[in-house]
Amino acid sequence: MVNYFPEEVLEHVFSFLTSHRDRNAVSLVCKSWYNVERFSRGKVFIGNCYAISPERLISRFPRVRSLTLKGKPHFADFNLVLHDWGGYVYPWIEAMAKGCTNLEELRLKRMLVSDASLELIAKSFPNFKSLVLVSCEGFTTDGLAAIASNCRFLRELDLQENEVEDPRGQWLSCFPDSCTSLASLNFACLKGEVNLAALERLVARCRNLKSLRLNHAVPPDVLQKILARAPQLVDLGAGSFVHDPESETYNKLKNVMQKCTSIRSLSGFLDVNARCLPAIYPICINLSSLNLSYAPGIYSKELVKLIRKCKKLQCLWILDTIGDKGLRVVASACKELQELRVFKSDPNDVGNAAVTEEGLVAISAGCPNLNSLLYFCRQMTNTALITVAKNCPNFIRFRLCTLDPITPDAVTMQPLDNGFGAIVQSCKGLKRLSVSGLLTDQVFLYIGMYAEQLEMLSIAFAGNSDKGMVYVLNGCKKLKKLEIRDSPFGNMALLADTGKYETMRSLWMSSCKVTFGACKSLAEKMPRLNVEIINEGDEMEGGSDDRQNVEKMYLYRTLVGPRKDAPDSVWTL
Amino acid sequence: MEGYSRKDGGCPQLLDLIPTEKEWLTKSGEIKETSHGSSEEKQLELRLGPPNGDWTIKNNDTVRYFSPRSSSSGYQVKSQQQTTPFLQAHGQLKESSQPNCTRAEKKTFSAANTAVPNSSSAQKRTAPTPVVGWPPIRSFRKNLASGSSSKAGSESQNVVGSKISSEKATQNSPKSLLVKINMDGVPIGRKVDLKEHDSYEKLSSAVDELFRGLLAAQSNFSTGGIKNEEDGGKAITGLLDGSGEYTLVYEDNEGDRLLIGDVPWHMFVSSVKRLRVLKSSELPTLCRGRKHEKLS
Repeated sequence: MVNYFPEEVLEHVFSFLTSHRDRNAVSLVCKSWYNVERFSRGKVFIGNCYAISPERLISRFPRVRSLTLKGKPHFADFNLVLHDWGGYVYPWIEAMAKGCTNLEELRLKRMLVSDASLELIAKSFPNFKSLVLVSCEGFTTDGLAAIASNCRFLRELDLQENEVEDPRGQWLSCFPDSCTSLASLNFACLKGEVNLAALERLVARCRNLKSLRLNHAVPPDVLQKILARAPQLVDLGAGSFVHDPESETYNKLKNVMQKCTSIRSLSGFLDVNARCLPAIYPICINLSSLNLSYAPGIYSKELVKLIRKCKKLQCLWILDTIGDKGLRVVASACKELQELRVFKSDPNDVGNAAVTEEGLVAISAGCPNLNSLLYFCRQMTNTALITVAKNCPNFIRFRLCTLDPITPDAVTMQPLDNGFGAIVQSCKGLKRLSVSGLLTDQVFLYIGMYAEQLEMLSIAFAGNSDKGMVYVLNGCKKLKKLEIRDSPFGNMALLADTGKYETMRSLWMSSCKVTFGACKSLAEKMPRLNVEIINEGDEMEGGSDDRQNVEKMYLYRTLVGPRKDAPDSVWTL
Repeated sequence: MEGYSRKDGGCPQLLDLIPTEKEWLTKSGEIKETSHGSSEEKQLELRLGPPNGDWTIKNNDTVRYFSPRSSSSGYQVKSQQQTTPFLQAHGQLKESSQPNCTRAEKKTFSAANTAVPNSSSAQKRTAPTPVVGWPPIRSFRKNLASGSSSKAGSESQNVVGSKISSEKATQNSPKSLLVKINMDGVPIGRKVDLKEHDSYEKLSSAVDELFRGLLAAQSNFSTGGIKNEEDGGKAITGLLDGSGEYTLVYEDNEGDRLLIGDVPWHMFVSSVKRLRVLKSSELPTLCRGRKHEKLS
């Protein structure tokens, strides 16, 4: 193709393309576009760290400044994957430290991050600005101390739900006095103490601080002092919110809160005395996002009093202690709601607190803009799902989780096939779906037929036969991630369309009916897939009997062949 | 992708899963009481459940189930006369897709799910058997739920640890009953195992032990003093009878806050969800009594 434009012009045009999908598309047009694009690409997203190697990344995108990497499969979140399965970030940092030192941003999810990795980041990238770690583990606050001490231009340190050891607890003091660039600091997941005086000083000197999420060790009196210094905050995660409502501290806090008119997003309350919640009433009207899902023991009536004031809420994460009654209040008060997540408050507590299909129907009726849902409920019915589908055709993410994985329609005792079928039929933009409850192959027929935009599907304890899985593989053209557990899908389904897997990021199957022999033949047939078998028991000993069912299989497309860092219990076939 | 093709060519006629008739719950809507449920449509319905016998019973249930709060404003739940028969292409579907989807199928679901020993198709709302990794909640949240506001060392574990704790969580261990306990003025909560005590007195002394040091440390910090580890702090007494500086109260499973000591120990243990140690001065001077004279 003749290139009518000089490269500078192309590069300038491409600079308006921010989505990696657009950039990927552009790079396929012709060789010269590919080259212009690759030199100008600043942000790279790698959904599976084993699909490509760091060396190849750097050779294609030498100017990358921002890297996003994801490691373990999603079901690792629920303890279905070994701790040491993989997802080490060190090799990436090592490679970048040699070849690409203008790295500014690193966003990692479900990866193993060692202190050594953090230390290497701290000393290798002089312009490093942003570190976001989600559901990672393997590091301690020593690693954080290294980041704090050395990254002179650090703007963002965002730790979400990581498992972090805290041997010394002094990492916060490691931010030098010269550090004034922090705009976002989230350490809510840390379990240890922090140096409160250092925290206050840090907040005072970082005038650009917009987002601050504290851990439980920050008491209300310190919170009050911090807010007094940082009324410009837009996003606040309160740590401990337990205090005596009669006290001086509480009064000061109330007064200071009133001045925090910029706060749009509120979370935390890791420890809370519900009688102190009125302190935040003044800012409720401004909130677009509220996350009380980490806040134990706030009863429904108190939650409701609070949420009722949040008329502009777009995103709400709560515990199911809110109850159906509470959800009805949400539906009547929060008309602009787009995302709702209702988490199980106590995994051991069956049937007491909980929400049912009624709450969901109420929300769907009251909140027409709802497009993202995660709903842990005690029961569900087809009728309710059909109603929801009709009321809210805009769902992009729909994840339903019944407490009992194979519970049928609570009224008719039938499978929930039709309910989910209605969802996929109505929600033409649906990209992510998790199904649960009693489900037959029928639901997969519907999904295959209707879910044209579906990219991620999670299945557990569902289906009757291979047909179910085949419907999905054949029908969902845009499917990227499929994860299945405890469902009767076997070799026929696995091998029905092997080419499909190269169009997907990954497939997870555990406790299904897939045998060693089938996995081996798949691996032989498709060299550009890594087919990994995870064995946690004594199946490792002796030969693999081809007819034996595989406990856990994870396959993914890759350009770099089998990985070399798998532990003994993971076999790549 | 070869194989199964969709709406075009050769495929079963589409299942209009959402009826176009306007009997839906709409945002402005009223309940439409009209029953579309002619017997013809009932017959068309593809059902996997039990035969007609149960049908009318279920209808009544449905109506009761959905109509009650229709008087409340804003939105009303549709009262449906029957589970909507929206599978209009019933006949074709049956041929093409589900030869093995018969009523007997429900029984085989449980066979397929080896991890769940009891088929819950027979049981509606009883406690499900615990399953590994179900419900799918991140360990991080599970730890929160079981009360991890205590020190770092015990919580941040390698996977073996977290595996164990998640399995514990799914097994409803009867060996311990941990409840969270917070004290006014102390930001860090603790946990107390009620199974280790069999009387209110023992509980009271356990609370004293738990918080005495913390309270002393707290006052040291606020006065800027150096924490003196030998100073065990003042004993916390009079928790049960209102005579001390602090009083022990608890929150039960309905969210009400009650004074400790009114009901027999075992009843207390079965209903308590959380403990609190409040300053006696801030309790309303109520007489101790039954639940309906509860604290606000």
